[in-house]
Amino acid sequence: MQLTLEFGGGLELLCDSVKIHKINVDPEAGVEKLTMKHLLAWVRTNLIKERPEMFMKGDSVRPGVLVLVNDCDWELTGQLDTTLEEKDVVVFISTLHGG
Amino acid sequence: MESNGNEELSRIIDELKSLKTEKSNIEHRISALEAQLRKIKVKKDDEMPNSNGSCTSTVKSFVDSSFGHGLSPNMIYRYSRHLLLPSFGVQGQSNLVKSSILVVGAGGLGAPALLYLAACGVGRLGIVDHDIVELNNLHRQIIHTEAYIGWSKVESAAAACRSVNSTIQIVEHKEAFRTSNALEIMSKYDIVVDATDNVPSRYMINDCCVVLGKPLVSGAALGMEGQLTVYNYNGGPCYRCLFPVPPPTTACQRCSDSGVLGVVPGVIGCLQALEAIKIASVIGEPLSGRMLLFDALSARIRIVKLRERSSQCKACGENAALTQQQFQNFDYEKFTQSPLSTSPLKLNLLTPTARISSKEYSEKVAGREAHILVDVRPTHHYKIVSLPNSMNIPLPTLEDRLPEISSALKKEEERRGVNTGSSACLYVICRRGNDSQRAVECLHKMGLTSAKDIIGGLETWAHDVDPNFPTY
Ligand SMILES: [Zn+2]
Repeated sequence: MQLTLEFGGGLELLCDSVKIHKINVDPEAGVEKLTMKHLLAWVRTNLIKERPEMFMKGDSVRPGVLVLVNDCDWELTGQLDTTLEEKDVVVFISTLHGG
Repeated sequence: MESNGNEELSRIIDELKSLKTEKSNIEHRISALEAQLRKIKVKKDDEMPNSNGSCTSTVKSFVDSSFGHGLSPNMIYRYSRHLLLPSFGVQGQSNLVKSSILVVGAGGLGAPALLYLAACGVGRLGIVDHDIVELNNLHRQIIHTEAYIGWSKVESAAAACRSVNSTIQIVEHKEAFRTSNALEIMSKYDIVVDATDNVPSRYMINDCCVVLGKPLVSGAALGMEGQLTVYNYNGGPCYRCLFPVPPPTTACQRCSDSGVLGVVPGVIGCLQALEAIKIASVIGEPLSGRMLLFDALSARIRIVKLRERSSQCKACGENAALTQQQFQNFDYEKFTQSPLSTSPLKLNLLTPTARISSKEYSEKVAGREAHILVDVRPTHHYKIVSLPNSMNIPLPTLEDRLPEISSALKKEEERRGVNTGSSACLYVICRRGNDSQRAVECLHKMGLTSAKDIIGGLETWAHDVDPNFPTY
């Protein structure tokens, strides 16, 4: 399944400073749909190059990271249980505090 | 000839210096007098020159009563381009003139926000900040000018706002925004603009807005990115609904460490002014329940849909009922594990024997002591400025590059012909003296037990040893 992942607010520094990643990832064996939970594990293994604790806490994202599926807060789509479709865009953004 | 040139040079420098001081004094005298004048004028209401530039002393009753919208002839002329907008018009301007807005932070976000809010005719504009204007603020905090370096940001910003619009009320709050004064300050305003630069302030301002029922226009900027949203407005979420748990302190970068392109907070600050104006004048759809993400490098703006107000929220949720008393007793620094003030972190990890002052180090250099100096700052910092003969090994790479340090030490010993038994010393430096301590800790663990950090880093070097050494 083809997805576009974007990292922002400094999270891109954890994956070689690349902000946009076009990826191909399939659901776990025996499961029909790809969930955010599986995608997060995949991202951690395949894209995060350093300090994984700056991206994840437990099996979710760390506090201060917003997850947006097709420009919509994942709280509205089911968080870790959100199922993904072909060509979905998932944005991970760390909140900024500077001014 | 040569000495004549030098005399000429120092004479010019001296005269410039004294003229600049004089200029700064005069400017402050002007702004003080202007403030006095305004107070007198407020009483006399509307005797300002009208559209023709001629000074008519208008009959007061005519101004106040005849148009039914509360806008004086002077206001009609000043804000005419607003009044001409069908979707804004007299009603929008009239709402704006009656509104009051508090801007917390007169920095990169607050600078353009304040200028626009003053210019557009907000009735009362409050400014909170405890900082002073510094030279390295000016690339982004465009409300401040060179003449105000060393002065309080609030005074400087207030003077700039008054020079744009002397007809509005500007309130100076020259103090840090704390739980002890927040309720009292904020309760005098309708709308709050968060233009601060740290996590505990953001939680504190959010909670205060929830307690007092004020809409919060929140902006943030760092590096090449900015974020904007409106919290606690019309049933929408608050900051805590989105971020119930504060981020780890390692994830909280600041402009003074990570840098920021000046225009980026400028863009976000302008948008904050826009959102505040929309709320104050009751036009359009404020950015509540949505967030604007600005990526300057790729020239992209994304607007995303946020979650709704959370019933579990500790501030605004169903069972939350955060009281003024609870707010005042809440320890925001403890909650977020980071300080409210922006003063840089001062670590103290090492024993005194593992440290050396910058003065002592300069004596060792002068005494030609055999040594190696490792600079553990990131490479782009090292490129700005560095001490001669230092080697740049950024902290994250230290472990991997240990062999380089060992061989540099060996080379130095051979070059200096150090007697067997003694060896070349190893010193570590960074920008402010925190990373150098972390590095020395790491070096000690890896067997280089003689490593010492230079206390206070290059900032202290510039302060105590070489005043001409650039700071950043
Ligand atoms: Zn809330």
